Amino acid sequence: MNAPAAKQQPDAALTVSGVAFAADLSGALYWSEERLLVVSDMHLEKGSSFAMRGVLLPPFDTVATLARLAAVIARTNPRTVIALGDSFHDRDAHQRLADADRDAIAAMQTGRDWIWIAGNHDPLPPATLRGSVAEEIAIGAISFRHEPTGVEGEIAGHLHPKARVATRGRAIDRRCFASDGMRAVMPSFGAYTGGLSIRDRAFAKIFPSLDFTAHVLGDASMHAFPAARCF
Amino acid sequence: MSPHDSSSDLLPGHFKRWFAARGWTPREHQLALLAKAKAKRSALLIAPTGAGKTLAGFLPTLVELYEAADSHLSPLAGRGRTASNASGPGEGQSAASAPHPATLAALASPPSPRKRGEGKRSGGLHTLYISPLKALAVDIARNLERPVAEMNLPIRVETRTGDTPVSRRQRQRRDPPDILLTTPEQLALLISSADGPYLFGSLQRIVLDELHALVTSKRGDLLSLGLARLFRLAPDAKAIGLSATVAEPQSLSRFLVPQDGSAPAYADIVMTSGGAAPIVEMLDTKERLPWAGHTARHAMSEIYDLIKRNKTSLVFVNTRSQAEMLFQELWRINDDGLAIALHHGSLDVAQRRKVENAMAAGKLRGVVCTSSLDLGIDWGDIDLVINVGAPKGASRMMQRIGRANHRLDEPSRAVMVPANRFEVLECRAAIDAIAENAQDTPPLRTGALDVLAQHVMGCACGEPFLSDDLYSEVCHAAPYADLARKDFDDVVDFVATGGYALKSYERFARIKQDKDGKWRVTNPRVRQSYRLNVGTIVEEQMLKVKLVRSRGGGSGVTGGIARGGRMLGEVEEYFVEGLTVGDTFVFGGEVVRYEALAEDQVYVSRANDADAKVPAYGGGKFPLSTYLADRVRHLLADKSAWRGLPDQVRDWLSLQTQVSKIPGPAEMVVETFPRGGKHYLVCYPFEGRLAHQTLGMLLTRRLERARARPLGFVANEYALAVWGVGDLSAMVRQGRLDLAALFDADMLGDDLEAWLAESALMKRTFRACAIISGLIPRRFVGEDKSRRQMLFSTDLVYDVLRKHQADHVLLRAARADAATGLLDLKRLGDMLSRIKGHIVHRALDRVSPLAVPVMLEIGREAVYGEAADELLAEAAEELVKEAMG
Repeated sequence: MNAPAAKQQPDAALTVSGVAFAADLSGALYWSEERLLVVSDMHLEKGSSFAMRGVLLPPFDTVATLARLAAVIARTNPRTVIALGDSFHDRDAHQRLADADRDAIAAMQTGRDWIWIAGNHDPLPPATLRGSVAEEIAIGAISFRHEPTGVEGEIAGHLHPKARVATRGRAIDRRCFASDGMRAVMPSFGAYTGGLSIRDRAFAKIFPSLDFTAHVLGDASMHAFPAARCF
Repeated sequence: MSPHDSSSDLLPGHFKRWFAARGWTPREHQLALLAKAKAKRSALLIAPTGAGKTLAGFLPTLVELYEAADSHLSPLAGRGRTASNASGPGEGQSAASAPHPATLAALASPPSPRKRGEGKRSGGLHTLYISPLKALAVDIARNLERPVAEMNLPIRVETRTGDTPVSRRQRQRRDPPDILLTTPEQLALLISSADGPYLFGSLQRIVLDELHALVTSKRGDLLSLGLARLFRLAPDAKAIGLSATVAEPQSLSRFLVPQDGSAPAYADIVMTSGGAAPIVEMLDTKERLPWAGHTARHAMSEIYDLIKRNKTSLVFVNTRSQAEMLFQELWRINDDGLAIALHHGSLDVAQRRKVENAMAAGKLRGVVCTSSLDLGIDWGDIDLVINVGAPKGASRMMQRIGRANHRLDEPSRAVMVPANRFEVLECRAAIDAIAENAQDTPPLRTGALDVLAQHVMGCACGEPFLSDDLYSEVCHAAPYADLARKDFDDVVDFVATGGYALKSYERFARIKQDKDGKWRVTNPRVRQSYRLNVGTIVEEQMLKVKLVRSRGGGSGVTGGIARGGRMLGEVEEYFVEGLTVGDTFVFGGEVVRYEALAEDQVYVSRANDADAKVPAYGGGKFPLSTYLADRVRHLLADKSAWRGLPDQVRDWLSLQTQVSKIPGPAEMVVETFPRGGKHYLVCYPFEGRLAHQTLGMLLTRRLERARARPLGFVANEYALAVWGVGDLSAMVRQGRLDLAALFDADMLGDDLEAWLAESALMKRTFRACAIISGLIPRRFVGEDKSRRQMLFSTDLVYDVLRKHQADHVLLRAARADAATGLLDLKRLGDMLSRIKGHIVHRALDRVSPLAVPVMLEIGREAVYGEAADELLAEAAEELVKEAMG
């Protein structure tokens, strides 16, 4: 029952329709052949969105989320970044960005293509920011859209997958990538975004059977579990 | 007592005749409180249950209202009053209805029944009664009905709880009764309404029931702040506190009077003479005493026998799951079909009420219960209290024992049933403490900042305030007497805009200063949200348990299971989190199988297994009291005291003397030994599970650094076992591991900080603070959303806040809670300084007798100490093994 010393694996191989991706510990997905980085569900300005309604969540979520994004961009140096929808928590969120955060986004965009995919929280393009806007985008066999439809070759977000793994009387609840080799659902990237269990029925609509894998985001390492093992 | 006794002169003839007609004489403490009231003094009455505390608390009010009416006799005479013109019938309503003929005959000159006139007193309340339980308030209203009716007193008594209909609440604010019986939460709501000054302006008396129970929690903090407000609104009001026996009555009495900042102010104290001493025994079991566990399964037939031999027994246990198990076991051997019921806080309310009613009607022979029956209400004649498991504290045990036999002059009887060998020591120590009437209630709390935040918002909802004024008012509350101005200002800032270093929320402020500097609520939604979320009781996230038919080999996919099913009750979410589909556990008196989880519902099916697979969490929320722990250490160290222990326990301790060492009263013994390819360190701090868990977390970090490669640890109330790969005995021998340094108090510095960043217990503590302070509403205005649909995770908020503003007022509040709450840091700190220079090490070749109990917890209890990555890797590894056969 000794725990083996965990191997430090900051990313995990994830295949969709024959294309090899690296599922990053930060929650981003990297396609090295295309030098393409994908992040989903950042929900920027979620804190201030709640504050408008009287729930004064700490206003540091945007800073925290952008800092993590900047780190993974610095590490991978992508040519293209896709923000896979719900990048902003509400339609007006991009207007509430602090100047420093706006500058941080501009700095990350410098020298690379940036595509904002429309999400249900942010259906309109962030007019005050650079970058192109699309409902969805296809590159080779892979299609990128916010809400998963379950078609082959699809990479989507929206559902905020998380997995709960029970072991030795403890359950560990973490964000994860969910993939069965034909399609993948990405974890949410935002600092305040919770998750939905991959055993929820919403996932049954995307994955035809329980035969899919949860790539769980640990503290310093990725861990793969069959979905049937999670709850 | 002679009617000519000088103190009884305080009692009007009308009351004396009523006492006489009932064959009673006023008790000494009842008259003493009357005298305190006449002298315009606040007083704390300390008396055991059954002493007529409630009547004592209300007697001054009854007399004053009677006398006030008497002096207005002429203009009001003849204005009859019946129950029907007071207000509609309903729960807790009491009115001066027609006097009983028998009583009338005994009264020489009954005054005419009459209604309280508008001109008699100014419009508000005369007396406010506050109890921790709404059921108690309702019960007291019923009890007051009798003297009010029989003496035909012109007094209106009403209750106000969460169950009171809105129409009556509104009427109560317009036309208040003389006496209002309510709870701390309702008081907070009344204070935050614009009617506060009218309602309380004429208040003469505040009666606080079960004060010993109220002051130990954040509800006590909230109540103290409410009191401070009441004393400002009604400077003449005096308080009467009713309390069970406590360790420091004087300190408790500070709660009842406004503190003025310089020297502590105290209320007068009235104590009753003891009453009959309780008769407490320890069950001398014929069976083999278990080494570990909390089930007391070995003693089941003996417990059953006790129930059989007595009229009605209360069987107390420490946790819900123990109650479940015991109840099930008792019914398994209930050949006589005795009426034995189950009562605990997670059961459906309707089911609990049913049990309570059957109990009151004398229909039950035994009730297996948790602390849900610790407090106040009289359930009829209980002739025996059986306490199964650890007593945890001497005062706590005395209060439980007081539940048997609510007559003062007869002794209460109790039997303590230890569930394992260490609990035998704890029971022995408790019995000795009870014989000496030694108390170990905790000291008065320091007021929490999250509660203050809620109160500040409540005050703003009532009327605009100036910071200076509110600060001085708040400092009148005993728990907040030493509140620093900076903390207060930070709290106000938090209430206004969240208190963040990044000042981006000014435009979303909930309260704002007007041109006079007064803080005002910015919009009506803020008020609504406050009303919806008032209170300091943050329940564990609960899931509803529903019984469905098993699908057999179910996969746990939510949604696959048929919806509906019978509701069994509620269970803590963290318990369910540890389960996997197919696990069995005991709930609602039966073994059930975990089928699925969907939103806030847990679906279970009936399992045919006799035993549940998942062992119940055995400890309970109350840790062993410091006082009792100290007594246990002394009992252990004093061989002559072992005579009072069962043979089996004596033999066990003697063996320990031979192979290792019994800890001296000031010592901490540390044993190291190999076992099954691993190396163990077992120590015996006797400071309760919570402090031991924290110690375990910190020790494993340090052992990691010392390259001892620790793997995990497990704690119980008395000991802590840590295991790992490194040979600890050899490391100590070779000087590579210094035990004094390992247990040095400096672990409470950086190691603690590092651990707090990821501690699930700390996150739970933070969540409670976030909810109480009003940062995160339990309920949203205009939405029927429960906590489960909360749209963000407090854990994530904690992570972000900790990183970006580590000194935020809410993190400070959470840290203060961690000192005494789930992490028990203060106790750990005290322990580390106690054992400094007194660590005794024994390197053994195998496990010692004293270590067996905690070693047996391994595998039963969740193992901590490993980071998520290790556990995830291990879980993945297991899968591989499973797959490869």
